[in-house]
Amino acid sequence: MATLFALLAGSVFGIGLLVSGMANPAKVLGFLDLAGNWDPSLAFVMAGAIAVGVVAFAFARRRTVSLLGLQMRMPSATQLDRRLVGGGVLFGIGWGIAGFCPGPALVALGMGEGKAAVFVLTMLVGMALFELIERQRAARLAVQGA
Amino acid sequence: MTIDWTAFTPWTAAAGGAIIGIATAMFVLFNGRIAGISGVLGGLLKPLRGDISWRVAFVVGLIGAPLLYALVAELPQPQIDAGYGALAAAGLLVGVGTRYGSGCTSGHGVCGLSRFSTRSLVATSTFMAAGLVTVFVLRHVVGA
Repeated sequence: MATLFALLAGSVFGIGLLVSGMANPAKVLGFLDLAGNWDPSLAFVMAGAIAVGVVAFAFARRRTVSLLGLQMRMPSATQLDRRLVGGGVLFGIGWGIAGFCPGPALVALGMGEGKAAVFVLTMLVGMALFELIERQRAARLAVQGA
Repeated sequence: MTIDWTAFTPWTAAAGGAIIGIATAMFVLFNGRIAGISGVLGGLLKPLRGDISWRVAFVVGLIGAPLLYALVAELPQPQIDAGYGALAAAGLLVGVGTRYGSGCTSGHGVCGLSRFSTRSLVATSTFMAAGLVTVFVLRHVVGA
């Protein structure tokens, strides 16, 4: 059941990205280009999504299990550290170069765009690289702790 | 700054945003999870038992969305101006960056801000600023 709802949520999310224009890198870059011919549309996408999201998360906060009876898994981290900011900087640079963030890239991949495939592939390599570095860090910390 | 009125699409943008909001609402209320795409995808690279099928399903939904969309309307054609080398570099940066920063536009930008998370506000401001600076440099400094 959880899998079915995940499929449904992913599909609806993707349709939202298509309707909003976010799946088009040229439109995203038009928003990020404040000094050029600026297209404010993306701000409206965020506003529309957050307007619905605020209500949903207000409901979710009061629940201990989901409507399917699953445990609610909300992030608990609160620290503002170098990883959060450094990661945001790297992500923002990549976003500014391509006009793709993870969701729209997957949707464009579904449209059969070869360029989106290259982006998604290297994005997965980047994510795997992170796992590798994290594993080594964990191993190093374990040795130091022993 | 000049506003590009021909490209500006406030209604479809807000409507598409609301649909994205509905998807995150479904996901948190039924699955009890944050619809953060980098997190959903990244979790597949460190697979845990019983934690795989919903991730795959969500990703399949995203990739399959254009098929559903095409049933009712003509698909909008994406315009990807970056070359293959630039896209490969950008993909790497987005992959590493979103995992270190624990999220992307969906997890921090939509879900996090909807939950009034300070961490997500900091993350969103950071990647927005980095994106703005990058486009400025590429279009008006290097490309000028």
